[in-house]
Amino acid sequence: MTIVHRIRSLVGTDAVLETDGTGLPRVAPRSEEEAALVLRTASEAGWRVRVEGARRWSPDDAPADLALTTQRLSEITFLDPADLVATAQAGVAWDDLRGALADQGAWAALDPPGTGRSVGSVVATATAGPLRGGFGNVRDHVLGLTLVTGDGRVVRPGGRVVKNVAGFDLAKLATGSFGAFGVVTSVTLRLRAVPRADMTLVATGTRDGLLGAARRILGAGITPGALELVAPAAAQAADWALAIRLIGADAEVQATRNAVGGAAALGFAELPAHESARLWSDILAGAESGPTTVRLGTLPSALDDALDLVAHHLPEAWLSATVGSGTIRWSGDTTHDRVKLLRHQAAQQEIPLTLERAPWPMRESLGHFGAYREGVGRLVGQLRRAFDPHGTLVVPVDAVA
Amino acid sequence: MTIPAGVLAALSAIVGPGWVRQSDAELETYAGDGLPTHRSRPGAVVIPGTREEVIRIVRELASHSIPFVARGAGTGLSGGALASDDAVLVVLTRLTRILEVDPANRLAVVEPGVVNVRLSAAAAPHGLHYAPDPSSQTVCTIGGNVAENAGGPHCLKYGVTTNHVLELEVVLPDGGVATLGSRNGEPWGPDLVGLFVGSEGLFGIATRITVRLTPVPTAVRTLLADFAALRTAGEAVSAIIRSGLVPAALEMMDRNCIGVVEASIYAAGYPTDAAAVLLVELDGADEGAVAAECAEVELLLRESGARTVRVARDEAERTRLWQGRKKAFGALGRLSSDLVVQDTVVPRSALPDVLEQLEAIGNELGINVANVFHAGDGNLHPNMAFDGSDEAAVERVERASAAIMKVCVAAGGTITGEHGVGSDKRRYMSLMFDADTLGAMHAVRLVFDPAEISNPGKVLPAHACREWKMGVAS
Ligand SMILES: Cc1cc2nc3c(=O)[nH]c(=O)nc-3n(C[C@H](O)[C@H](O)[C@H](O)COP(=O)(O)OP(=O)(O)OC[C@H]3O[C@@H](n4cnc5c(N)ncnc54)[C@H](O)[C@@H]3O)c2cc1C
Repeated sequence: MTIVHRIRSLVGTDAVLETDGTGLPRVAPRSEEEAALVLRTASEAGWRVRVEGARRWSPDDAPADLALTTQRLSEITFLDPADLVATAQAGVAWDDLRGALADQGAWAALDPPGTGRSVGSVVATATAGPLRGGFGNVRDHVLGLTLVTGDGRVVRPGGRVVKNVAGFDLAKLATGSFGAFGVVTSVTLRLRAVPRADMTLVATGTRDGLLGAARRILGAGITPGALELVAPAAAQAADWALAIRLIGADAEVQATRNAVGGAAALGFAELPAHESARLWSDILAGAESGPTTVRLGTLPSALDDALDLVAHHLPEAWLSATVGSGTIRWSGDTTHDRVKLLRHQAAQQEIPLTLERAPWPMRESLGHFGAYREGVGRLVGQLRRAFDPHGTLVVPVDAVA
Repeated sequence: MTIPAGVLAALSAIVGPGWVRQSDAELETYAGDGLPTHRSRPGAVVIPGTREEVIRIVRELASHSIPFVARGAGTGLSGGALASDDAVLVVLTRLTRILEVDPANRLAVVEPGVVNVRLSAAAAPHGLHYAPDPSSQTVCTIGGNVAENAGGPHCLKYGVTTNHVLELEVVLPDGGVATLGSRNGEPWGPDLVGLFVGSEGLFGIATRITVRLTPVPTAVRTLLADFAALRTAGEAVSAIIRSGLVPAALEMMDRNCIGVVEASIYAAGYPTDAAAVLLVELDGADEGAVAAECAEVELLLRESGARTVRVARDEAERTRLWQGRKKAFGALGRLSSDLVVQDTVVPRSALPDVLEQLEAIGNELGINVANVFHAGDGNLHPNMAFDGSDEAAVERVERASAAIMKVCVAAGGTITGEHGVGSDKRRYMSLMFDADTLGAMHAVRLVFDPAEISNPGKVLPAHACREWKMGVAS
């Protein structure tokens, strides 16, 4: 029996979508159980499975025997606006989730880069946007999730409450693992009430001038919701821009605005609501402006050196830095060798480089994470073997030696 | 079983003879932690002075397959730091150096034995503090906090331990060393820091911990509201959460707790005829903004049915209001020879119902259940004072605990919000997790510790885990 026939007999004819041009069968499970059945079968049969969300951040170019898409896992299964918790299946579009939450007065303080992303993709890649500086990384918003492992077991760590230390935190392991341990099929997120005041300030200038101002803001004990340093190519301007988002109660936002002005010693323009919405969505969309997107983590005090390093190795393109968390994101068109060299040089300065998006050949040879620190590679390898014993999932985590 | 003499001699050679304890009287002082219902005397105690000594100790023990248990201050409330007589307790209270405070990057690097509150004191000159503030913070260690993923009153706004740990140096159970995470919080690979935090000593010993520091809020307002009914107090909590305001802390004490506190030397002036009081704290960087939020919370509390709302006028009054809350466990502990501090979480919107159900459990079993807890997180601490030498009383407390677990899990909650599973709650793990999820946890444990010598017999209910074989699907 061919793979398509096997899958049809397992989960029904209508769960198998049209194959793409390459003839690869694509299965769209409608439940965690179906996803588990498919992966269990694949693991036993030795098939290689590529997992797809909205196909924005993991392009559908990885060679495999079968594609598994989360697109029919598309329901918000739980939403409690009083308790500020929601559960969404992996295939829910992030924008749809945001809309559904807003209708209930709720908000997830996460602004994932890119467009048209699915919930599962955001969690699997742990791609937080500018709000990371003020509200934490993706991991800090995930209360629990469902993971269907490479060999088709359903694992449900965490829960629906905002504090929980029962058992090991496997939700953290899955968040940001690029699917190395399984398919994230459902995620429970901690929410906030829709902010009462949300103000955007922008200043333009030289990179060093703006970075200095950003550091003075942090040094004054201010933690804006977002404090983003945007390169000229990303700001579509001649200069760099420093974009600040202040979020909270009205009086608090006003007070912080004054404090920011004082600490930065810089003139800011306050954007009207429609312009600020556009500014932030442009910044997010730009993160997929080239075929490759990388993320580097450094310290706020070492951002200049890290930015120099990126500028030295990668062509001038879209770039944006979240100052408070020391995160740099770059997107553009570059070669495998340049990214490899940058990763190597960055590692010497204790700066991890994560390959977030790239054409398959680069992903395969560089791996999402590449080299680990001492003692970590063995742990990651064994964790993968525990969750995906037959190497069913096509996820290049490490660099090819 | 005892520890072989040769191993004890080797340990002495590593740390110096003064830092190995093996007499019965000495071992007895390490037979308990903060959980009164469990005791277990370790086979030996070793107290290293450096991380290198920790590494050598673990290598020595691993080479003889001798189990070991890390211990910080021993304030844990789930029996996590207990060791049996075939195991060695590795006490980390001499590793007390604050290695670095980096104000520009808002981080600090510490050894595991640093007492929580000392770190905040060291950061204070820079206008920073370490935000997670367990009520035991004057004694508990950062290493213990990491292992338990500790919380505290101000974690409602600032997050719990896991939200503040950036990097960990860990001595693995085979004596290898791994550095997890990075100083900036961007992991090199999957999030092993997130996995390690809350692993209760089963994945190895944390020897160096890098944490985030948070600016100290300069403006603070504290309110006390009292309620005639438990349900109304629970509803007030929901109203505040729904409003979108994020108080720094939102704590509740019920009638039983208020009575005990007010009769103690820690009396804070809580109204003793109230069914419950709420302690609400708002903070920020601007006096005017915090005052505005305070006024709004005051209104919300009144609308929700508070009988009176009092705003602390000065620092002295604020300290007094908090003293009752912070010393509540101490006051409750004086009621009887023993005190069980339970720890569960429910969805915040379920608080009114669950509080009534807990009251009913206490009434049915004839136990005084006193509640003092992190209401804003839905994190309950039903406390039960009892006489440990009275077997019937112990059994009633155990039955009440089991009933409380069931009620909270049924409401969509969890069996522990911050104290951990330890020895005490293994039996409730299958209320929360199915066999495959427990099996996955066990498989992860085996990756870190294939010989299962680091804190054996904790967290996982061995029989309930579906077996996962490495590299082979079952
Ligand atoms: C009065 C009182 C109030 C409390 N209030 C709170 C509260 O508000 N919030 C809260 O969360 N908890 C609270 N606790 C519980 C307790 O203080 C915390 O769990 C604390 O984190 C334990 O720290 P410790 O140093 O005492 O650890 P221990 O009790 O010594 O050990 C706890 C666990 O951590 C492991 N461990 C210790 N050090 C390490 C290390 N370096 N590496 C790996 N594993 C290690 C041990 O093996 C054990 O499993 C309270 C306890 C008391 C007695």
